[in-house]
Amino acid sequence: MSTRLPHDDGQSRRFHPVERPGESPPGRLGAEFLRTALGWFSLGLGATEISAPHSLARTLGVHDSATNRSVLRLFGVREVSAGVGIFLSRRPERALWGRVAGDVLDLSVLGLAMSRYRFHPRSATRLGVATAAVVGCTALDVIAARKQAAMTEAERGTAGSRQHVTASATIRRSPAEIYEAWHDFERLPTFMYHLDSVRVVDGHSHWKAKGPAGTHVEWDAEVVEDRPDSLIAWRSVDGSQIDNAGCVRFVPAPGDRGTEVHLSLDYHAPGGPAAVAVAKLLGEEPGQQIADDLRRFKQLMEVGEIVRSEGSPAGARASNQLHQRPAQPIG
Amino acid sequence: MRANCWLGKGNVDVLDVPEPRILNNHDAIIRITRTAICGSDLHLLNGFIPTMKKGDVLGHEFMGEVVEVGREVKNLAVGDRIVVPFPIACGRCNACREGAYSLCENSNPNAGLAEKILGHAPAGIFGYSHMLGGYPGGQAEYARVPFADVGPLKVPEGMDDEQVLFLSDILPTGYMGAEMCDISPGDVVAVWGAGPVGQFAIASAFLLGAERVIAIDRLPYRLQMAQEKSGAEAVNYAQSDVREELLELTGGRGPDACIDAVGLEAHHPSPPAYAYDRAKQATRLETDRPFALRQAIRNCRNGGTVSVIGVYGGFVDKFPMGSLMNRGLTLRAGQCHVQRYTKPLLERIQAGQLDPSFVITHRMGLDDAPSGFETFLNKEDECVKVVLTP
Repeated sequence: MSTRLPHDDGQSRRFHPVERPGESPPGRLGAEFLRTALGWFSLGLGATEISAPHSLARTLGVHDSATNRSVLRLFGVREVSAGVGIFLSRRPERALWGRVAGDVLDLSVLGLAMSRYRFHPRSATRLGVATAAVVGCTALDVIAARKQAAMTEAERGTAGSRQHVTASATIRRSPAEIYEAWHDFERLPTFMYHLDSVRVVDGHSHWKAKGPAGTHVEWDAEVVEDRPDSLIAWRSVDGSQIDNAGCVRFVPAPGDRGTEVHLSLDYHAPGGPAAVAVAKLLGEEPGQQIADDLRRFKQLMEVGEIVRSEGSPAGARASNQLHQRPAQPIG
Repeated sequence: MRANCWLGKGNVDVLDVPEPRILNNHDAIIRITRTAICGSDLHLLNGFIPTMKKGDVLGHEFMGEVVEVGREVKNLAVGDRIVVPFPIACGRCNACREGAYSLCENSNPNAGLAEKILGHAPAGIFGYSHMLGGYPGGQAEYARVPFADVGPLKVPEGMDDEQVLFLSDILPTGYMGAEMCDISPGDVVAVWGAGPVGQFAIASAFLLGAERVIAIDRLPYRLQMAQEKSGAEAVNYAQSDVREELLELTGGRGPDACIDAVGLEAHHPSPPAYAYDRAKQATRLETDRPFALRQAIRNCRNGGTVSVIGVYGGFVDKFPMGSLMNRGLTLRAGQCHVQRYTKPLLERIQAGQLDPSFVITHRMGLDDAPSGFETFLNKEDECVKVVLTP
């Protein structure tokens, strides 16, 4: 491990040790051009539909009636919102799929008009041309939406499965006492309930943890920064099953309030965003989990033991707080 | 052992459950000699407090005799008689060190659940939902008392149970309600709700120097108790207009301090007004119906204090924020920090300033708890307070 970990100097509260260099996926430029073109097209067409429904109705070959003008104006509003969505949304593929849905609507309305104007040759021709144009547009929209979706997924793929969770607690103990307690890594599973065990051998530690839905994971970790009474940072060694890192900082709390403990964990969850979502559904929400871990650590430091109630006699876990046994003595 | 359990909305029953055992080194086990039904238990009965589970043992007002102590409990011995405060408090965190025991940072194992509903988590409470800890209550033959080295009050020789039982909750709660009013000589205090907590808030307001105390309720027998036992003046909101009465009684100023000892299940004399909030509550558009709180805020004098000790669970509608802000009112609230008050109030009882047993109207065996709930809920038989003996 040659890279030195970025860490918190009190300047920034975030800690991102698991960084991956960003790459531009192939085909990106083409997709972006198409998206931009369709966005401008939406805005232009929408503006025309709203501002000049008379001439548009005549160009299309439909009767310039009040009803038709209203329909065109409504469609214009739809086009403009699609255009705005394409440029401003963080998920532009959704706006592009919205355009596809709009195209289908356009086609069905054009079909309706065709059946009504089929005995007016001039109108029928114009409507035919318009329909062909919309079919072409639909094809472009589908292509752009699919490319954009693939691109967003590629960009978010790594970011989505990379979990960054933090929790803080204030504990009535000195930074030195808390640092010492935390540094005893083999004791971490006492209050970090997702850990099965930690064994320290020659400066390296071997971690075993519960994954979501009954799975188990193991990895080796090393301490990458160790500042007595103020900070401990660790991360998994290369080739670990779960690429992960953690950092805990001990900051004197203002007044006579003890010590603020700031914990952050970063990891690449196996299975990507879908696995993370499933894990959350199963109640293994990592943010809640480490908040509960820190609460138990606080109990250990302040009270000397983990506080138990009959509703959750083993100590509460995020996953069982909604599925407790009744508050009745345990037989 | 026998224990009164919550079985669902409107349904409690006495069941056989296991006897408690020590789970933490700071625990004690007590054999309960007296326990009571609290007005706030009715909010559980009526299903207004979230995160209850079928089978939860109820009861947070209890006392008894120590039968077992954990390794870390040095201050108690088997055979001691103790009164148990309803909030569970570790005595070691920042909140406890400041005397804010009901905000203990360590006694609620389900703090994560409470945070989702309340923002931050308060202390655990006996028999009062899983978001407040998931602890069994004391309407039972035995109970486990966590942090027995911190909370319980040893009962001096020669005092009987009924004199000290209410130090577990309602006496300190009423007292804190009055204390939060920062009463000065000449102050007039109005108390909404003449139930057991309201009775003690009235008595405490006088103890703390109030010139006059006005009790507001709709039940004549409760108003009569407040008049006879504590010397309060009475306003029956079902028979007269509260605003007119308060203006008349305070020379147009409004009460200097207003105490809400009612909470989330208030009633209103006007059927349409009652129906409005009742319907919102039933459809979960609000969880609490705050008639008493609204009235207390609007009627308090300019610059006065509104003290809330009635229990609220979630969200209220039509909260008169404009009245509160523009008229410079102070709003104070809280679950009682019982541990802070047990000793001083015990001394007042010993000195004969107060005999809290005056609120007791019904005495029953533990097995009669379900009918006790019904009598108390429906205000039958001029019920004010039900005490159970296991």
